[in-house]
Amino acid sequence: MSQKIPDQGKQEVREIWLEELHRDHHRKMVRWRQHIFAVQLSMLVAMFLLWELAGRLRWIDVLLFSYPSKIFAQIGKDVVSGEIWAHVGVTVGETVVGFLLGTLVGTLLAVLIWWSPFLSKVLDPYMVVFNSMPKVALGPIFIVMFGAGFTAIVMTTLSITVIITTLVVYNSFNEVDPNYVKVIRTFGGERSEIFAKVVFPASFPTIVSTLKVNVGMAWVGVIVGEFLVAKQGLGYLIIYGFQVFNFTLVLSSLLIIAAVATAMYQLVVYAERKLLSSGRRS
Amino acid sequence: MPDSGNVIRLDNISQVYVSEREASLVIEDLNLEIKQGEFVSLVGPSGCGKTTLLSIIAGLLKPTRGKVEVEGKHVQGPSANMGYMLQQDYLFPWRTILDNALIGLELTGNLDAQSRERTRELLVSMGLGGTEEQYPSELSGGMRQRVALVRTLATDPAILLLDEPFSALDYQTKLQLEDLVSDTLKQYGKTSVLVTHDLSEAIAVSDRVIVLDRNPGRIRREFDIPEQIRLAQPFHAREQAGFNELFQSLWDELVQSGGGEKDT
Repeated sequence: MSQKIPDQGKQEVREIWLEELHRDHHRKMVRWRQHIFAVQLSMLVAMFLLWELAGRLRWIDVLLFSYPSKIFAQIGKDVVSGEIWAHVGVTVGETVVGFLLGTLVGTLLAVLIWWSPFLSKVLDPYMVVFNSMPKVALGPIFIVMFGAGFTAIVMTTLSITVIITTLVVYNSFNEVDPNYVKVIRTFGGERSEIFAKVVFPASFPTIVSTLKVNVGMAWVGVIVGEFLVAKQGLGYLIIYGFQVFNFTLVLSSLLIIAAVATAMYQLVVYAERKLLSSGRRS
Repeated sequence: MPDSGNVIRLDNISQVYVSEREASLVIEDLNLEIKQGEFVSLVGPSGCGKTTLLSIIAGLLKPTRGKVEVEGKHVQGPSANMGYMLQQDYLFPWRTILDNALIGLELTGNLDAQSRERTRELLVSMGLGGTEEQYPSELSGGMRQRVALVRTLATDPAILLLDEPFSALDYQTKLQLEDLVSDTLKQYGKTSVLVTHDLSEAIAVSDRVIVLDRNPGRIRREFDIPEQIRLAQPFHAREQAGFNELFQSLWDELVQSGGGEKDT
């Protein structure tokens, strides 16, 4: 008994001590995160305040740079009149189609050249050239081929996303440990089974992560496409604002693009997490 | 039938590896016969073609010259009556333990309620009960290699080809697994071929040890393991009379063939 009581006391002291250390650490981390957020927020506010001030006091040319209250008023007016939604809808539609189709076509192409090493060798120099060139330069050709509209814009987007997706996914197909393939082969598995049971599931995380990359690239393709041909969309608003020298319109469109693109990216990140956590992996 | 006792027969096997720079002879005119239920180990210096030989028996690799017969049939490709264990478990991280163990049955088209239940029992008998729905990353190295053994046994192959399956494990786990594998294979009357570079492992688990030469690979010498070592469990085989002497002569043979410490 006399042995037990001091032991118990010691145990309690130790627990209290550990708990205290943990609480301290936790408190420190929370303060650290709050600190970062506060600085981020004040940077944003300061930037807008300075911009507003510079605009109102005519330090900068308002015609070119506008200022926040004017921009927000413009956005507010467009939202209330409902005029903006059609433009946002068109651009978002083109982007979603562009990046989903880009990922899908790129992955299918990767499967094709994985299947046929001969085709992979044959196509190699073409892919290198096509990947190296600035694809948006093909825009005018797409307009001639598909007409000035949705299809040409999506094609411009695809030209940016497809080849890089193919290269990344094909690379991940090839990086699958050959010993996993050997496991399938020892059971007499065919090439289609090697693909379905090993190569595809092993590369699935890479395929999903190319979605994330393609969202950003699809925005480039869509905005450039809209610059070239569109009569609607956020890219069109920017070009239109530029032509009539309404930079408030240009900047308000940019702000909307930034917000929508960020939202879309976060959505894809969320989808990625959902898709990958359904099959737990090491 | 003259060779009814032989399950595996290698007839004048030669293997050439052709690269852009040269063609090199890896195995030359190798003949080998393995009897039903026998446990044969292949040891030799690196570059002697042990693993190549195993791949040829498995039908994963077509010999450049010569013929492999398994159960009297000419081997043309991998078949369901041979199981293959690799150096590491290579369990698929996205499959549960049970799904990993069932993959062979899936691929050979033999997956049904009955074979699923048998595999489940096999997992339990290997001390893996309760891990069925877990993922490989949640298991220790020894447990994972046991799952790999279940995966290999699930298709009920008559012959097991073991390519250094214990080499990636820590010493203690390795000894335990040697006992388990040896007991299991004896219990089911499997014919086994083990490739290893661990001489004491080869002596402890085998009925016969074959020392290979390198450049090109061929049989240098065969050792029949005396009965008292053969019948003991691998762990206790190491304490049997004659074990150390046998180890020494195998060692000498290996050193002369260019192996041992000069291993390249």
